[in-house]
Amino acid sequence: MTLALPTRRDESWRYSDLEAVASVWPVPAAEVIEVLAGQSIARVIVQDAAIDAVAIRDFQVILREGATATFHVLNVGGQLGRVTIDVTCHEGAHFELGAAMLGGGDQTLEIVTVLNHIEPNATSNQVVRSVLGGRATGSYLGKVAVARNAQKTDASQSVKAMLLSRTATANAKPELEIFADDVKCAHGATVGELDANALFYLASRGIAPPQAKAILLRAFIGSVFEGIADVAERERVEAVAQAALERML
Amino acid sequence: MLKITDLHAEIDGKEILKGLSLSVNAGEVHAIMGPNGAGKSTLGYVLGGRPGYEVTAGSVEFDGKDLLEMAPHERAAAGLFLGFQYPVEIPGVSNVQFLREALNAQRRGRDEKPLSGAEFLKLAREQAAALSMDAEMLKRPVNVGFSGGEKKRNEMVQMGIIDPSLAILDETDSGLDIDALRVVGDGINRIMRKPDKAVILITHYQRLLDYVAPDFVHVLAGGRIVRSGGPELALELEREGYAGVAA
Repeated sequence: MTLALPTRRDESWRYSDLEAVASVWPVPAAEVIEVLAGQSIARVIVQDAAIDAVAIRDFQVILREGATATFHVLNVGGQLGRVTIDVTCHEGAHFELGAAMLGGGDQTLEIVTVLNHIEPNATSNQVVRSVLGGRATGSYLGKVAVARNAQKTDASQSVKAMLLSRTATANAKPELEIFADDVKCAHGATVGELDANALFYLASRGIAPPQAKAILLRAFIGSVFEGIADVAERERVEAVAQAALERML
Repeated sequence: MLKITDLHAEIDGKEILKGLSLSVNAGEVHAIMGPNGAGKSTLGYVLGGRPGYEVTAGSVEFDGKDLLEMAPHERAAAGLFLGFQYPVEIPGVSNVQFLREALNAQRRGRDEKPLSGAEFLKLAREQAAALSMDAEMLKRPVNVGFSGGEKKRNEMVQMGIIDPSLAILDETDSGLDIDALRVVGDGINRIMRKPDKAVILITHYQRLLDYVAPDFVHVLAGGRIVRSGGPELALELEREGYAGVAA
């Protein structure tokens, strides 16, 4: 791990709040998670640090042959809230990410993933939803690197952002680096705002604008956390997400 | 109940309603007919309070209150229901969740006790059954993947649950086959044909009026009402077309 303070020229820090980064630099080393062949793990990461805090959490995941890791990330706290996951997939491994970033005010929220497909037949699926208000910036940088021999890699990314104000910013940056010739790498990104027709429809049935927006935003984040197997944990994550949304409306 | 006086309204600077006046009393059903582009849907949207429709002159009184001063959700809580010509699809939000929030928001606005989940489900099932809508559809996302007819039926289920005092139904008959038309017509009669309620039916055709008999028929052309009469006027329109009657 580098000790030098990152700069804008470092691709993965391009949209970050470098002043905030400097205030906590150097950050602790990444947490290393190795999943042995055929095993699977699930992690739920809720980053809801205090609004003036700087929270940077780094994970390094190694998936051995046929291993699976499922990550759910809710990134809502901090002046800077950053979660990075660097994944190495061996033969037939699978990585699954469901993530949401919900921020307002002057927050900078980031999710950075690097998927290293180094052997054949590994798959990955990433779903990221952002809701940004105020002057917040939310960035998803997702790199997929497919090695020369990593044939039959199937990697997909779906990234959608919803802006609640004209001054909020969403960055969605897929980065594909493919050296194998028989792979599937799909990525889709959209940035939009709340549907005025839907808001009027809800209002015409008696639902006031703040509640109408909350309903639509809950639906937008929708299925991201559905895959959390532990019901109590899923409800806890959804409650934190709900509180974050309510702060923004 | 509703008194529209010399209403002028525009969209993007283009005047659509040009001095429309209409009075609707409790217990009455009014049909508004007219050619395409006459301003029929605009009238519905202006009464519902849709953003983008600007009232430049005139007044609308609803139960003695200034309707135009109220936000769209306040109009709903006051008893106004707008049936959409093109009901909006809302992915990820179930019909049940949406309608319960809607009904309870209105009830709170009127200082009434919100319905519990069980009370609401009972009411929703009754209303769906009365409109021959499969109760399973209540669990599905609002209007998503519904056929045109199912969307209109869903509007009527919503109307039955919300139980408004004034319904403005914008081409509720379009997209319906004969059987669905009868079900929807029966629904309108059952929910709204009461001494303390009123309906404005916006439609192109006589056929809905075979099921929901209007007390008054108005012809809307060029942004104002150019002729009013009884049910026989609809038949005359059907026979002679708008060109003859509205000229």
